[in-house]
Amino acid sequence: MVRRVVITGLGVVAPGGVGVKEYWELLTAGRTATRAISFYDASPFRSRVAAECDFDPAAAGLSPQEIRRLDRAAQFAVVSTREALADSGLDVSALDPSRIGTSLGSAVGCTTSLEREYVVVSDGGRKWNVDHEYAVPELYRHFVPSSMAAEVGQEAGAEGPAAVVSTGCTSGLDSLGHAVELIREGTCDVMIAGATEAPISPITSACFDAIHATTPRNDTPESACRPFDRTRSGLVLGEGAAILVLEELESARRRGAHIYAEIAGFAARCNAYHMTGLKPDGREMAEAIDAAMDEARLDPTAIDYINAHGSGTKMNDRHETGAFKRSLGDHAYATPISSIKSMIGHSLGAIGSLEIAACALAMEHGVLPPTANLHEPDPELDLDYIPLTARERKTDTVLSVGSGFGGFQSAMLLARPERSAR
Amino acid sequence: MTASPTAPAVRPAAATAPAVRTTAVVTGLGIAAPNGLGTEDYWKATLAGESGLGRVTRFDPSQYPSTVGGEVPGYVAEEHIPSRLMPQTDHMTRLALTAADWAVADAGIVPGDLPEYGMGVVTAASGGAVEFGQRELQNLWSQGKEYVSAYQSFAWFYAVNTGQISIRHKMRGPSGVLLTEQAGGIDSIGHARRHVRKGVPVVVTGGVDAALCPWGWVPQIASGLMSTESDPSRAYLPFSAEASGYVPGEGGAILIVEDAESARERGAERVYGTVAGYAATLDPAPGSGRPSALRRAAENALADAGLAPSDVDVVFADAAGTPELDRAEAGVLEELFGARGVPVTAPKSMTGRLLAGGAALDAATALLALRDGVIPPTAGVAEADPGHRIDLVTAAREADLRTALVLARGHGGFNAALVLRRAD
Repeated sequence: MVRRVVITGLGVVAPGGVGVKEYWELLTAGRTATRAISFYDASPFRSRVAAECDFDPAAAGLSPQEIRRLDRAAQFAVVSTREALADSGLDVSALDPSRIGTSLGSAVGCTTSLEREYVVVSDGGRKWNVDHEYAVPELYRHFVPSSMAAEVGQEAGAEGPAAVVSTGCTSGLDSLGHAVELIREGTCDVMIAGATEAPISPITSACFDAIHATTPRNDTPESACRPFDRTRSGLVLGEGAAILVLEELESARRRGAHIYAEIAGFAARCNAYHMTGLKPDGREMAEAIDAAMDEARLDPTAIDYINAHGSGTKMNDRHETGAFKRSLGDHAYATPISSIKSMIGHSLGAIGSLEIAACALAMEHGVLPPTANLHEPDPELDLDYIPLTARERKTDTVLSVGSGFGGFQSAMLLARPERSAR
Repeated sequence: MTASPTAPAVRPAAATAPAVRTTAVVTGLGIAAPNGLGTEDYWKATLAGESGLGRVTRFDPSQYPSTVGGEVPGYVAEEHIPSRLMPQTDHMTRLALTAADWAVADAGIVPGDLPEYGMGVVTAASGGAVEFGQRELQNLWSQGKEYVSAYQSFAWFYAVNTGQISIRHKMRGPSGVLLTEQAGGIDSIGHARRHVRKGVPVVVTGGVDAALCPWGWVPQIASGLMSTESDPSRAYLPFSAEASGYVPGEGGAILIVEDAESARERGAERVYGTVAGYAATLDPAPGSGRPSALRRAAENALADAGLAPSDVDVVFADAAGTPELDRAEAGVLEELFGARGVPVTAPKSMTGRLLAGGAALDAATALLALRDGVIPPTAGVAEADPGHRIDLVTAAREADLRTALVLARGHGGFNAALVLRRAD
């Protein structure tokens, strides 16, 4: 008997608003949350645009102790965990805590806190032998971002396996994939799973500047991220978190849980090609899509929406368009595709979970979020990228993909659990 | 536009899906440790009780309360790493690439002979490539953003070892990176076994870590768990009455975890042992009044292996080195095995705690112990604190070993347990 895994709760902190409701309103309005960086003086940088969260930790319910102890990314994760658990209606106290696990994705961990504390202990970069006397007690928690998974697990009362999954920009899909495996293999019945990232800091700006990955379109920050558009010029950094409550299908049904969707298939591959480069044919991403479809026992023609990686770099958008054609064949031309990064930016390790949350909401509401800022289609990219305006459409099967530094390629399929049994 | 189908086409089950649980075996090891570079040098030193701890030389530690560390001796990166990779790799990643090269060679794997999607890489990480990161932070804050390396975007991050190993050996299968601090080495091996069971013939796994730079040192000081003893022979004495904290080290182990059947088919030269059981747990929130979940991790791993505590011939302990944490672990061992009911050892007393590399090295060490029928010692400790009712192995001890239990704890509440069995 194959154990199947469904999404029964969602919690989100995203640019444009805290909470699932505000998130979905932003996405379906086609509104963008990208803006000029306000967190620090970005004037030295080539790219000075980001999708920042207006996040007040106290207003979001965190205690003064939590605010002091937790990095911004951990704060996002804890707030999202609370929303997801409430949304799921799960009474955790009635469950065996050892059967609840935690899987949290993050690419760069507590980088904002680490950089802030580095500046203090190094006296603004002057000392190689940084000064331990200025180190805050929380510094080790920030140093090892695994602390964030412990924090989320302990918040949820979970005592099963817990880990941070950190595979660069596919972390948010891979952490969910990891959680699905733990339920399927029988180790856990419930997983608190998702991803978080708060990377908007000078060192992140500097390293993306150095490889020209981020857009220099600083004059029009609200339309700076232009996936699939001829004028696209790079990604826009974002931040945020999405936490999902995942449950084994039968026990979710027994308790009468609201089920958003089944996570029907997942696969990850490496391109073993380059730490940051991509081949245009999208071969390894296509292989991941094919493997995820095999696992879900779905044909390409079943897919009726693709949530693209759509980072807005020249290279990525070609790469994944190639992958979609490779895997879906002619059906790629009939499948609506969009990139929500056009609206909420690229929150590195968190974005994969934010995108799966968006896919679950798209299935729930029968609306596909658009690709904002797509005014001038790139003639090389000839698929249907849902320009500018959300589209009403009943959607039963959704593909979401991610691609990351290190060569990671991941694909996940959501479907309705009531489809034909395996 | 195709109409949205309500009952999607269903494909037949993937032909590759394994019908029964496969056995995951370890067929290759690569070790870089403070008391030995390379498997046999390390193993010889470890059996002899030779410690690799000393006053840190990679930076001047004199201003810090803690000055002792475990540095990998005699590693000349240029002898192991292609020159084009030098500017884009930290010391940590170079050690990891080298250990992976050795493990792949030890297993006799020729990557070109295996299906490209049939090989994956799963490594553990803790704080990333810290020295690389410190240098680029310093470049940014002292000189300006033009001085930040173009490689900073990936060279420091937690996924770097997996990414670089997969590229070097053209391994395109399912891969991953797990962070559970010191427990990560076991979690990565457990996850590798998961991939093998799902039909991936070969997974390169384990962990290699290195944070011996000031920006890696100061956070550990802030944790309050590091030893401040300046005598290297007295700084890290787990389970001793004089335990005063831990000493950090660098290095770790890379292991090749493989499907037993495909290892046999390709004529693998040796099988070190079987990954028979694995489990991980998270402690409840501090102050919750609920007990630690370490014992449950050990019990679940044994149950996963289909074994009882009486089947265990040796325990490789987490050995945190602080009185409170040692007491907690010794208590769990007594509950599981009875007072002094099983030999317990902590060879990491000779290497220091290696963050993401530590539990991977313990697993590799346990496999060598199973191979040779000898338990390596807990060096520097004359006897366990009598309050810990454990049979602590303080000199190498010959024994008929079939089953080893490896335990690890990660800062914040992570517990992991691995059961390894000797190859028959």
